[in-house]
Amino acid sequence: MSVGRIHSIQSLGAVDGPGVRFVVFLQGCPLRCHCCHNPDTWELAGGQEQEAAALVKKALRYREYFGRDGGVTLSGGEPLLQAEFCEEFFRLCHQEGLSTCLDTSGILLTDPVKALLSHTDRVLLDIKYTGEELYRKYVGCSYQPVLDFLDYLDEQSIKTTLRQVIIPTVNDEEENIRRLREIARAHPCVDKVELLPFRKVCQVKYDELGISFPFGDKPEPTAERMAQLKQMLKY
Amino acid sequence: MNVAQWNGFREGVWQEEINVRDFIQQNYKEYTGDADFLAGATARTDKMMNKVQNLFRKERLNGGVLDVDVETVSSLTSYAPGYIDKEHELIVGMQTDQPLKRGVNPFGGMRMARQACAAYGYRLSDKMETEFHYRTTHNDGVFRVYTDEMRAARKCHVITGLPDAYGRGRIIGDYRRVALYGVNRLIEQKKEDKRRLADGAFNYEVTRAAEELYQQISFLEKLKEMAQLYGYDISMPAADAREAIQWTYFGYLAAIKEQNGAAMSLGRVSTFFDIYIERDIEMGVLTEEGAQELMDDFVIKLRIARHLRTPEYNELFGGDPMWITEAVGGMGKDGRTLVTKNSFRMLNTLYTLGSSPEPNLTVLWSNALPEGFKKFCAKVSVDTDSIQYENDDVMRPLHGDDYAIACCVSAMELGKQMQFFGARCNLAKLLLIAINGGYDTTSGMHIGPQMPVLDAEVLDYDTVMERYDIYIQWLSRLYVNTMNIIHYTHDKYAYEKIQMALHDTNVERLMAFGVAGLSVVADSLSAIKFAKVTPVKDKLGYIVDFERDGDFPKYGNDDDRVDEIAREMTHKVITELRKTPTYRKAIHTLSVLTITSNVMYGKHTGATPDGRPAGAPFAPGANPMHNREENGALASLNSVAKLQYEDCRDGISNTFSITPDALGKSEEERVDNLVSILDGYFAKKAHHINVNVLNRDTLIQAYKDPEAFPNLTIRVSGYAVNFNKLSREQQREVISRTFHEAV
Repeated sequence: MSVGRIHSIQSLGAVDGPGVRFVVFLQGCPLRCHCCHNPDTWELAGGQEQEAAALVKKALRYREYFGRDGGVTLSGGEPLLQAEFCEEFFRLCHQEGLSTCLDTSGILLTDPVKALLSHTDRVLLDIKYTGEELYRKYVGCSYQPVLDFLDYLDEQSIKTTLRQVIIPTVNDEEENIRRLREIARAHPCVDKVELLPFRKVCQVKYDELGISFPFGDKPEPTAERMAQLKQMLKY
Repeated sequence: MNVAQWNGFREGVWQEEINVRDFIQQNYKEYTGDADFLAGATARTDKMMNKVQNLFRKERLNGGVLDVDVETVSSLTSYAPGYIDKEHELIVGMQTDQPLKRGVNPFGGMRMARQACAAYGYRLSDKMETEFHYRTTHNDGVFRVYTDEMRAARKCHVITGLPDAYGRGRIIGDYRRVALYGVNRLIEQKKEDKRRLADGAFNYEVTRAAEELYQQISFLEKLKEMAQLYGYDISMPAADAREAIQWTYFGYLAAIKEQNGAAMSLGRVSTFFDIYIERDIEMGVLTEEGAQELMDDFVIKLRIARHLRTPEYNELFGGDPMWITEAVGGMGKDGRTLVTKNSFRMLNTLYTLGSSPEPNLTVLWSNALPEGFKKFCAKVSVDTDSIQYENDDVMRPLHGDDYAIACCVSAMELGKQMQFFGARCNLAKLLLIAINGGYDTTSGMHIGPQMPVLDAEVLDYDTVMERYDIYIQWLSRLYVNTMNIIHYTHDKYAYEKIQMALHDTNVERLMAFGVAGLSVVADSLSAIKFAKVTPVKDKLGYIVDFERDGDFPKYGNDDDRVDEIAREMTHKVITELRKTPTYRKAIHTLSVLTITSNVMYGKHTGATPDGRPAGAPFAPGANPMHNREENGALASLNSVAKLQYEDCRDGISNTFSITPDALGKSEEERVDNLVSILDGYFAKKAHHINVNVLNRDTLIQAYKDPEAFPNLTIRVSGYAVNFNKLSREQQREVISRTFHEAV
C-alpha cells in the first residue's frame, strides 16, 4: 500500500485529458520552469498524504460523470517523482474500469515509471520547447530525456497528446510549430497536439509564496495568434 | 365523439374521455436525430421581434413598467383586443389592450394592487377602489383568520413570502385541452360532473365542489367570449397546427388575465403541438420554416406577458418573472422518448428570437434521452444560459409521463394534480431563535416556546439539536396551519376558475412547503459538531455571534459527515410537517428553493455558527455557501445530489456557474462535457440544475454598464432572469457566487 503526497483534487477536470476527469495534482516537481503556473506544487515536502486505494475510492464517487471518454488524470507537480504511488493508483483504477491519463513533463524514465506507463491509457506530454537551448535556459534540464520518453511511448503505443504552452517572445514563432509538427509526425503514438496560451493568473501564487515569477514580464498571447498557430499545426 | 378536426389521428380512449396523455401517446412521433433540420427565423419574425425589442427598451427606460391600466379590473373579457402588429401576427391575444401595458388584479389583495401602482407612479382609480370596497379579497380573508403567532412569525421573517397578499399561482391548467377538445366538450364534461354531485349528500365538501364547478363552467363560457373578441370560435377542436397553438394560448391567456399568481406556468405543450405540425407537414400545408415561425410567434406572446408587482415582491422574486415554465423532453413510460422535432423548435426560439428568461424552458433529462437532443440542449446552455434541467428519471415514477413543472422545480401531473404554494421558512434563523430560547435578535421579538438562552461555554451538538428539534416541531405545526388558512381563503375569494376548469374535477392536491438557508444550517451544525464553537453574548445576554476554533467539513465538498446533516434536516422537516393535517387533504411536499430571496433571508438573519456574518446572503436554493467548495464542481454537485427527492418532492434547486474555459477547450468539447456532467449528476438521482456558462467579468461589466448588456440572461434559482432586472443587491450576490474555474 503506497502513500502519495497530494497537492489538491479537482473533481471537475474538463481540460486535462479527454472528457470529464477527476484530476489529482501531486506534490513535488524537480523542474523549475519559468512559465510554471503551479509553483505551490514544487516542494515535495508539502501537500497531504493519501493512500492510493483511498484516492481510488474518492475517484469512484465521480464515475457517473465520466461518460465515454472521461476518467482520472494525474497531474502536478510532476507525477513521475511518485511513480510507485501513481502506478498503484492507475492499476487500481484499471481494475475498476476507469480510464487513466498522465500529465507529465516526461523527464524521467526509470523502471517504476515504465511500470506506471503500463497502466496509463493516455499521456499528456508537456513538451515545453523544441530545442536543447531553451530547455537548458528556461527549464533547467536537457531536452533529450523528453525525446527518449516520447520514443518509449511510441514503442509501447501509448496514446499521447503533445501539449505546449505558447509564450510570446519565447516560443510563439512558426519555426517552433513546424518542429512540433515534425515531432508529432515522427511518433505515431501522438494523435493530438494542443497549444495552450500562456496565462499569468498564477502571479498571485508567486506573490503568496514570496518568490518572483520568472516570466511575469512576458505578455499573454492574443486569441488571434493562438488561432494562427493552431492553424499552422494542421499543415 | 369524432369530428373532422381529428382526421388523420389515431383513435384511442382520448376520444371518449378527456385524456390528452392518451392522445399524445397514440399520435406522437419520437425524434432521435440531431438539430440539423431546424430552420432559422423568417423575415416576418425578425421584424416582429424588432418591434418587441423596442418595446422592451421603452419599458426599461420607463423604470421597468411601460404602462398600467388603473381603470379596469383584469379579467378574461375586460379589455379590448390588443396587438403588436395585427396584420402580421400569427398567434394573437394580449393580457390588456396594448403590449406590455399591465393590468391590475386586486382579487389577491387591494393593498398590494395599490402599492404596485404607486411604486411606478400610478394611482388606482376611484372606480376600482369603490368596486373593491364592497368585496372581500383573499388578503382580507387571510388576515381575518390569522392568529397573533402567525402574524408574529411573518413579521420576524421566520416564515416569509407567503401568498397571502397576492395570487398563489403554481397551478397549471391543462391548456392543451382547449385545442384538442374545443371548449364546448369541456363544458359538457363539467356539467356532467356537476350533475353527478347531486347523487350524494350536500355536505360542506360537496357544496363547495358544486359552486366551484359552476364557476368553472361560467369561465369556460367567458373563455369562448374572449377568443371571440379576437375573431375566433374556439367552441370546437383546433383543426390545424396554427389553431392548436392559438387555442392552447387562449387557454393560457385566460389564466393570466384572471390570476396574477407568482408562477403562472405553461405546462408541456411542445410535443402536443408536434402532432398537429407533423400532420400539417405530411399534408403539405406547412413547411419546417412555417412550423418554426408558428412557435416563434407563440413564444413572442409568452415573452411579453407581465404582471404588476410591488418592489417588496421583487425583493423576493427578482427580475419580474412570470415562470412561464414549459417542460421539454423526457421519456415515456413505454420507453419511447417524448422528444419530438418540436422539442427542438421550442429550444431553437432561443436562437431565432435571442436568449431570454421567459418562457422558463425546462428540459426533463433522462439518461435515456437521444444523444442528438442531449447535445442540442447542452449547446443551447453553453450559448444562451437560458435553460434548466430536471431529472425525469426521479420524477416519472411519481408523476407519470405527462407531468409538467410549475414555477421552478414543482412537478405535477397535468390536469390531475394542483398545488397549494407555500413559500418557505428560514431554517437558519430558526436555529438562532432556538439557541436564544425563543428570542429573535434581528427583530427583537419573542417568538415560539420560551426558555432560557442556551447556557454553554462551548456549544454541544446534541444539546443544540435537542433544542432545535423543539423549535422545528413548533414551526412546522404553525407553518401548516398558516398554509391551511391561506388556501382556504384563496379558494373562497380568489378561486382559479379557468385553470381549475382545465383540470379533472377530482384533482390530487399538493401542499408545497419550503426551506431556506439549508447550507447555512448544515455548515453551522457541522461547525458545532466538528470544531469548537463559542457563543458571544450581547449586553442583554442573547447570543449574537460565534467564535470558531478548528476546521470543520463544509457542505459542497462531497463530505458525508456534513452532507448527511443537510439530508437529515430536510427529512426531519418534512416528517414534522406531515404531522399536522392539511386543508383539503393535500399531500405535504417540501422544496429547497429560494428564488432570489436568499438575499432577503440573509438580511434578516443574524451571524450564524458557520462564520457567515449577520445580514450576509444565503446561498440560493440547495447550493453550498459561496466559495466554500474546495474540491471543484463535481464534489459540489455530489453534495447536493445526496438530498433525497422523496423528502423534497417539491424540488431541490441547484444553480451551477462555470466559466467556458473550465468546461472545455472548444465548443464541441464544452457541449460533450456538459452532457457528461448532466448525465452523471442525474444518475446520482439529483433533481435539478441551472446551468450558466459564463465569465464573472461579463457580469461585473453588466453591473457597471447595464445598457451595454440589455439581453444578458442568467439562471438564478429555478428560473432565468434578465441580469439588468435584478436589484443591485441581488446582482452583487450573483457576482459573488462560486464560479467553477479552470486551475
